[in-house]
Amino acid sequence: MIDKKSSNQLDAIRSLSLDRLDFLVRRFERLFSFLVPVLAVLAAMALISVLIYALGENPLKAYKALAVGSFGTVYDFANSLNRAAPLILVGLGVAIAFRGGVFNIGGEGQIMMGGITATIVAVYITGLPIYIHIPLTLLAGFIGGAIWGFIPGYFYAKHGTNLIITTIMLNDIALGILSTLVKGPMVEPPGYYPQTPLVQPSSILPLIWPGTRLHAGLVLAVLAAFAFYIILFKTPFGYEIRTVGENQTAAKHAGINVFKNQIMLMLISGGLGGLAGTVEIIGAQYRLRALFLPNYGYEALAVAILAQRNPLGVIISGLLFGALKAGAGSMQRATNLPMSLIAILSGVIILFVIASGILMGLPRYMAKKRLAKMEETDGSPTNKSWLRNIFLKKEPGKDYE
Amino acid sequence: MPTAVKMVNIVKSFPGVLANKNVTLEVEKGEIHALLGENGAGKTTLMNILFGLSQPDSGEIFINDQRVSINSPTDAITHGIGMIHQHFMLIPVFTVTENITLGEHSPKEPLLDLETAKNKILEIGKSAGLHVNPDAKVMDLCVGEQQRVEIIKAIYRGANILIMDEPTSVLTPQETDELFVILHQLTEKGNTILFITHKLREVMAISDRVTVLRDGSLIGTVKTKDTNRNELAKMMVGREVFLTFDKNPTHKEEVVLDLQHVYAKNECGLHALKDVSLQVKGGEILGIAGVDGNGQNELAEVIMGLRPLDRGDILIKQRSVKLNTTRDIIDLGVSCIPFLRQKEGLVLTFSVSENLILKEWHNPPITRKGFFDTKAIIDLSKKLIKEYNIKTTGPNAKVGNMSGGNQQKVVLARELSRNPNLVVACHPTHGLDIGATEYVRQQLLKERERGAAVLLISTELDEIMALCDRIVVLFEGQIMGEVAGEKINVDDIGLMMLGVRQENLHHGTLAVAGCSSAETKRCNVTTTEKDTI
Amino acid sequence: MNNILSLFTEEFFYATIRMASPVILAATGEVFLQRSGIINLGMESMVIYGAFFGVLGSALTGSGWMGLAAAMLAGTITGLLYGFIVITLKANQSVTGTAFNIVGIGLTSFLARVIWGIRELPVQVDTIKPWSVPILNKIPFIGHILFDHSPLVYLAYILVGVATFVIFKTTWGLKVRAVGENPRAAASIGINVYAWRYFCAILAGCLASMGGAVLSLVDLNMFVDGMSGGRGYFALATVILGRWHPVGAAIGGLVFGAGNALQMRMQAFGVKIPSDLLLILPFVLAFLAVVIFHGKSSAKPAALAKPYEKEATI
Repeated sequence: MIDKKSSNQLDAIRSLSLDRLDFLVRRFERLFSFLVPVLAVLAAMALISVLIYALGENPLKAYKALAVGSFGTVYDFANSLNRAAPLILVGLGVAIAFRGGVFNIGGEGQIMMGGITATIVAVYITGLPIYIHIPLTLLAGFIGGAIWGFIPGYFYAKHGTNLIITTIMLNDIALGILSTLVKGPMVEPPGYYPQTPLVQPSSILPLIWPGTRLHAGLVLAVLAAFAFYIILFKTPFGYEIRTVGENQTAAKHAGINVFKNQIMLMLISGGLGGLAGTVEIIGAQYRLRALFLPNYGYEALAVAILAQRNPLGVIISGLLFGALKAGAGSMQRATNLPMSLIAILSGVIILFVIASGILMGLPRYMAKKRLAKMEETDGSPTNKSWLRNIFLKKEPGKDYE
Repeated sequence: MPTAVKMVNIVKSFPGVLANKNVTLEVEKGEIHALLGENGAGKTTLMNILFGLSQPDSGEIFINDQRVSINSPTDAITHGIGMIHQHFMLIPVFTVTENITLGEHSPKEPLLDLETAKNKILEIGKSAGLHVNPDAKVMDLCVGEQQRVEIIKAIYRGANILIMDEPTSVLTPQETDELFVILHQLTEKGNTILFITHKLREVMAISDRVTVLRDGSLIGTVKTKDTNRNELAKMMVGREVFLTFDKNPTHKEEVVLDLQHVYAKNECGLHALKDVSLQVKGGEILGIAGVDGNGQNELAEVIMGLRPLDRGDILIKQRSVKLNTTRDIIDLGVSCIPFLRQKEGLVLTFSVSENLILKEWHNPPITRKGFFDTKAIIDLSKKLIKEYNIKTTGPNAKVGNMSGGNQQKVVLARELSRNPNLVVACHPTHGLDIGATEYVRQQLLKERERGAAVLLISTELDEIMALCDRIVVLFEGQIMGEVAGEKINVDDIGLMMLGVRQENLHHGTLAVAGCSSAETKRCNVTTTEKDTI
Repeated sequence: MNNILSLFTEEFFYATIRMASPVILAATGEVFLQRSGIINLGMESMVIYGAFFGVLGSALTGSGWMGLAAAMLAGTITGLLYGFIVITLKANQSVTGTAFNIVGIGLTSFLARVIWGIRELPVQVDTIKPWSVPILNKIPFIGHILFDHSPLVYLAYILVGVATFVIFKTTWGLKVRAVGENPRAAASIGINVYAWRYFCAILAGCLASMGGAVLSLVDLNMFVDGMSGGRGYFALATVILGRWHPVGAAIGGLVFGAGNALQMRMQAFGVKIPSDLLLILPFVLAFLAVVIFHGKSSAKPAALAKPYEKEATI
């Protein structure tokens, strides 16, 4: 009844082949992590096409109008990039918080609060040189958003209060405050329109592409993404964030202050949201209105998830959503399709990406299943198949022992 | 003798592991049949198949000589099979009656009829000698009582074949004896019992016959009275086992860990530790014995700064650390092998190297000038992989895909390579196979010889007795007594685990609490995890 | 002083009862779902689908009751889809729910515009008319407050009682609670964890959409973009507030109804507070509620938001 091979030997082979399997699967997973977002976007667009078609419109015509609106002229293209700047910033905030296991969908409110504090500094402080006024405005915007991130973050870290409920409530509260301010205390005299006066010229971000409206906000956003990539993967602080995000209990046992970490994350995440609002005010709109970046806080979730929570990926997905937002207006004019299509698209993309979690686990699952089958048939892990070649051949230049 | 259960040529594979290879098992009616094997030998898998929790890839099952197919626990229950899992399948916030009737057809379906059920439970209790209060909430019961609830639950559902998965792992020796009496009563009434265990002592004490599994394969079935412990041990592990270790004398002078009248509360605000004082010297292993849930977790947590001290003081190398954070305590050279290695000790989605730096990541050479030194991390990982014989493709392999033994080696490599002054080892060999277990024990002895102080918390008495220089017994968060060196008496430790103080041990009339219904168990609030995400 | 007291008239209490009912309907379904171990953060989308498809159904058939049927069907399908993603695919429930809400708000606004175009006034449809309970509605003061409502409002309060009875007094309720507390234990005695969770997901979707239909077919007779106005989230907050008990959740729902009614009374009364600030009163209430009662309770299902794996590997 006892096996031909001694069980110890068999165990060694099994363990080693599992590890080689792991090595192979990791390669597949890397491939999949690029493939999944692309597939998700395509699948979502296909699904939306069906919806458009069902409503009697031509999807191709709609997508064409969308593309023309985003890339048709240099001016449109610059506009797409301008839309991407706040999306990258707020999406970056969501992605980083997500890495630390904190789910921030309060971007909407954080944008608004950042917009308010930045506008106060940009409108009412006068006589500053540009190189002081811009950083000061950015700082003010960051702080405004950070406060709005800190409030739910504190209760979450302290009591585990449901972040989604608190942040959504704070989004609506921020909107109420903002609407009140632009109609009353901060309204531009004589008060015909619900908007503030123009910001001081010394607080305006420079335009960086002559002949277009492209402002320096995009540069700021891309720099921030690179900075956070380095922080996340190359510094002890980023390591702590990732540890807390993956396993809080282990983080505590390693002596990481989870409470402090989560509050820090919500501060940073909210601050980046505030920065997004600031960049829009002093880069594109030059004054504050009630819904000055509608839905950006929610689309940031799609930006972060499509980027697989990777700061560099956020740049790409931010650019994609920027183009969509810029093009949606022209699509609305060319067809009977309203801009809310972009919201649907972003929601569907999120669903496809997270539902593909099962797809991501597929290579590992299939490989293991196959391995087990082989082991079952003759007691040794692999016999004559392609798997054997991969598992039992030594990888050149790698030592396993 | 007619057979109650016959499983023929069972094969079952999980992704990556063949858990049962052509196993055949025959159990006679009315016998206590032990299923023996070390961790991972395939015992539980085989029993899960019998109970319909998983389906075999091939093989046949006969119950009372009838061929049956068991696709779900419901099928198993219809065939009169009941299973008492190692981790009880009870719902803590439900009452005993609710737990027992759950999923059963109520006489007033769909309305609950708890009164009728209660009477039936009391009746079963009376006839089988299983006493339990049907109105009590399960979370208020002690482990022994919870086990009785599980047995009643099975009988209530008409089971006459009972599968018991490691039933003694949570019991004191005395509670174990009580369980054995119950089991004999049950078999006298015609029930059949399948007893899964890896403890030889219990096989010899209770079973009529024993089937040994190793590495998923059947090794053989023997009559208990025709065999002995050594023979069974050899069948179980495939070679001679050395149950004793050579301990070299060490030089024990400096007190490294000193707990002075420590009190600590659990999540519900009740005292989980009461007036605990103990000292561990360098070069010494102090064992903490006790039934699980009597304050051991809390003890490890207060030492590591994970749980606030209520009263008392903790000194590490003569320095009070009661106000210090976990970080500070780790930096004082304290290492911890946590209770739950996958949850507390490792980040399963991280790579080997990321897990290996989970204590020293902020110190040189790993971090220099605020940034990680990637090369230093890889070099260190390669060195530790070699030194601790971790079987892996390299520093970038994910820890979540490794075997339990290998995962524990990653924890050991990280914790012991720091050359700690104090090692707090909690159940360090739990769930490991015999090879990995021996390795872990050797490493702990090595630390002892190097001069480190080791606090070993374990529910395995054998382990504690083999490794420790001194043993302290915890019961309901209090120290019952301390025994040292060669003159250790298992029965004494067992009584202390039941709540008898050492000074009362030989006083004739023993006031045994009977049930370790510790305050610590009444707490059902978990605060470690956050709401969502 | 006089001024403040005169806010709390018969009409205020009547409005409170009526305005609480959508939240209570949604919360009752959510209590079931959370008791089974799943948190439905996509409830806002189910409320707005109910509001939209209620109006669409009513517009197409000319009957408010058919509108309600359409709303319930929409909720059932959404609940099923949510169940599929979080139960079968085991996706993160927070992210899934949020994505559902984003799609829900966008899709209803999109469809409303494509189907009805841009108009001065939204399409008006047949509604579900109030039905006064004979005799009882003649009781002074409380008669009007309690017994002059639409049948759907009565139903909301009746369902609270039914839900309490089912959860705590029947074998079904025991199974649902068992699945939410310890799914593995439930499965070990033959309870189908997936089936019960799916059932609760569908029920929650259906009830949330009924709540949405109350908004569009009882309170108004039209669909307005984003008219769910956070009621899905309020319902979530009331479940936490109400300690996972239908009656507790209903009391929470009444608090929000009162907040809403008060806010409207104050606007109508011309209180000197900007209307934008008055509008956020219910949101502030909900925020404070979850912050103060943050949901550490032994009634909280132990397996909440944790996906269940059927077969353990090794």
